[in-house]
Amino acid sequence: MEIIILLIFISLTIALAFLGAFIWNMKSGQYDDTYGPSVRMLFEDKKKNPRNTKASKK
Amino acid sequence: MEVAQHSVTEKVNCYHCGSLCEEKVILSGNNSFCCTGCKAVYEILNDNNLCEYYELDRTPGVSLLHVREESYAYLEEPQVAKKILAFSSDSFCRVQFSIPAIHCISCIWLLENLQRLNEGVVKSEVNFSRKQVTIDYSPAKVSLSAIARLLASLGYAPSISLEGQTKASPTNHTLITKLAIAGFCFGNIMLLSFPEYLGLNELDHELKLVFSYLNLFLALPVIIYSGQEYFIAAWRSYQQKQINIDVPIAVGLAALFLRSSYDILSHTGPGYLDSLSGLVFFLLIGRWFQSKTYDSLAFDRDYKSYFPLAINKKIKEEWKPVLVQDLEKGDVIRVRNMEIIPADSYLRGVEAFIDYSFVTGESKPVYATVGDFIYGGGRLIGQPVEFVVGKKISQSHLTSLWNNEIFQKKEESQYKKIIDKTAQKFTWAVMGLSIITALYWWLMAPSQMWLVFTAVLMVACPCALALAAPFTFGNMLRVFGRNGFYLKNADVIERLASIDTIVFDKTGTVTYGASALKFIGHLTDEELGRIKALANSSTHPLSQLVSQSISFESLETITDFSEIPSKGIQGVIANHLIKLGSPSFVSFEDEKNPNSRVYVSIDGMARGHFNIETTIRPGMKALINKLDPKAPIYLLSGDQGAEEERMKNVFPDDAKMHFNQSPLDKLHFVSNLQQNGFRVMMIGDGLNDSGALKQSDVGIAVTDNTGVFTPASDGILKGEVLQNLNQFMKLSKSAITILKIAFGISFFYNIIALGFAVSGNLSPLTAAILMPISSVSVVGFSSLAVNWVARNHFKQKD
Repeated sequence: MEIIILLIFISLTIALAFLGAFIWNMKSGQYDDTYGPSVRMLFEDKKKNPRNTKASKK
Repeated sequence: MEVAQHSVTEKVNCYHCGSLCEEKVILSGNNSFCCTGCKAVYEILNDNNLCEYYELDRTPGVSLLHVREESYAYLEEPQVAKKILAFSSDSFCRVQFSIPAIHCISCIWLLENLQRLNEGVVKSEVNFSRKQVTIDYSPAKVSLSAIARLLASLGYAPSISLEGQTKASPTNHTLITKLAIAGFCFGNIMLLSFPEYLGLNELDHELKLVFSYLNLFLALPVIIYSGQEYFIAAWRSYQQKQINIDVPIAVGLAALFLRSSYDILSHTGPGYLDSLSGLVFFLLIGRWFQSKTYDSLAFDRDYKSYFPLAINKKIKEEWKPVLVQDLEKGDVIRVRNMEIIPADSYLRGVEAFIDYSFVTGESKPVYATVGDFIYGGGRLIGQPVEFVVGKKISQSHLTSLWNNEIFQKKEESQYKKIIDKTAQKFTWAVMGLSIITALYWWLMAPSQMWLVFTAVLMVACPCALALAAPFTFGNMLRVFGRNGFYLKNADVIERLASIDTIVFDKTGTVTYGASALKFIGHLTDEELGRIKALANSSTHPLSQLVSQSISFESLETITDFSEIPSKGIQGVIANHLIKLGSPSFVSFEDEKNPNSRVYVSIDGMARGHFNIETTIRPGMKALINKLDPKAPIYLLSGDQGAEEERMKNVFPDDAKMHFNQSPLDKLHFVSNLQQNGFRVMMIGDGLNDSGALKQSDVGIAVTDNTGVFTPASDGILKGEVLQNLNQFMKLSKSAITILKIAFGISFFYNIIALGFAVSGNLSPLTAAILMPISSVSVVGFSSLAVNWVARNHFKQKD
């Protein structure tokens, strides 16, 4: 039966670590803008070869 | 590059901003644009290989038609820069700009690729929900004003104010931290309580003890940190001898905690800690839900964010930008086209046209000549002119309004919220009941008295009651927001429901948009085209208005063009002498109002005049008819009453109209109504309404563009949905009904729980089931009901 107590303490510790991570994330402003990052990851990175792709001729 | 102009025969949308090309279509490449501004942005982007902008979103651009040019030279002044820069060193600076025009994915993309347009920019990052961009740049390569100009040239003009730089609100972070901790503890306590409810063997006594001590340990942060606000609020209301909803909550929480600690420490039971932490968790969710605000909108702006930051002042024969609050009486300043005159001053130049519509409500540009006294806040139209400052800004005609005591008062109104009224009765009832129960048990079984007494206090904790208002009003706030009505906070809905008197402002509210010219008289299309061509040759604001109002083009050449200052312009087109200008100039016999009219004569024959008119919002008359006929309607206007006849067509016969109202008159008008027992809603738009908006029970600012300045108010309403005002008022009344039903549901659960408590049968399991169920059903009911009612309302409209 001792083992269950040990397990509970381990699980609590892990959960606490996640709680700490959440609070840290929030304080560092990661949840301040929820829209921007979702579209930013879709942008193509053309910085290295700006002259490679011609401007669209629509 | 070919640039051609067509008169519009078919509808073409601008490739850049998507607006209909109304006057003419400008072509560049294969794309059409509504104005040269949009074309210019396209060309900048095309030249820099940034056309991905147009692929991410269709017609993402911001129309440059209404963006006024600014030089931002004042940003070079060290004292200004110091206030604006977030960080500055010799090699690296960081600045945060608010850009109201940010609205789509393309905006984010372009603003984060600024380094491709200007190599001085190191990095830029957009915060979409705050509509801000943070730019890191190297001051050696690019200046702050150059960055601001670059942004403005792309249609993303930053709105700069020295105090309004909003930072991420730390209060919201604290609330979420509390919520996270409460949620964490709640989950773990539930988990550790489960074995107890499912029935642990007596053999596991040791395990039981460990679990309950762990629970107690986990409950400490909940009661001490997450729940502290309720105790503080309850203590404060005790000091003020006023009972609000926080009092029974705090009592309930304290009872839950003390009773549970006693049970656990005396080894008599598992305690009610899961109920306690669940309660705090739900209450905080309610608080968080209610705390929703519209980050990108500002509800508390005063004149300082409307006035320019800096202005060109003459110092020893040189023009230098200075901060407007440093202006002193006697300073000479220069104001350019579309700039705002910062202080009451005297005109030094020959003549000027000043648009006071935002300040006084006067819709026609006012003509001024040398020596005339000009009120601060007017917008100059036309050539740059010099002024002599007559008064310091804080003592100006308009800004002195802010010295009125109404602006010194703290926000809290005397309005007593339904929730507090209910909580008061509730608290007395619970106190009575718990004392009676305690007395009864003291007589029957004294050993049980404390247990039953605390049980009553515990289940009487009005968690569901406290959740009803945040969720009903919070949901309604979101419904309103989706439909173009942004409220400062959820409490406004309750006040909105109690409104019985509506006061409208005229200019910008009942009427809208830039003044349009209407020709009174008769001209052929050919002649109109010639007048346009002639007017186009002059930069005078009225000429420009005339030119824009005519859609016919003439390609004939003008000869003998001349412009006579403060008189008019003339020219010969196809052998006809055309004169535009003042009555005496065009030999016209005039009656009144010569300043806002442009007279026309062709070959010496008077043909009529152009009259400046504002447009009444569509749907205004229908709205007025739909509003509750019992609620009196008033119209207040700062202008001279020239439009009284037109207003009579819109407003019913019994509506009272008051013209010539100064900003202070409007404030007093509203407070007089309030003293007579009316609950007043003020609907206005300009700085001149600020006092009345602040004084009224609900002050609503109407705006056609949520990016531009709106005075301090309780809500910001988009101009195009003003016609739905009656719907919003009805919805707010429905919200009150829904709230009352939710109260009923919450009482129902309270009574069941009290039944258990009074009879001494409240087990931890019963409490753990009843409390969350009551909270969830109240939250579910009010959310569903609000959305159902809202859908029905807005379906009817379609």
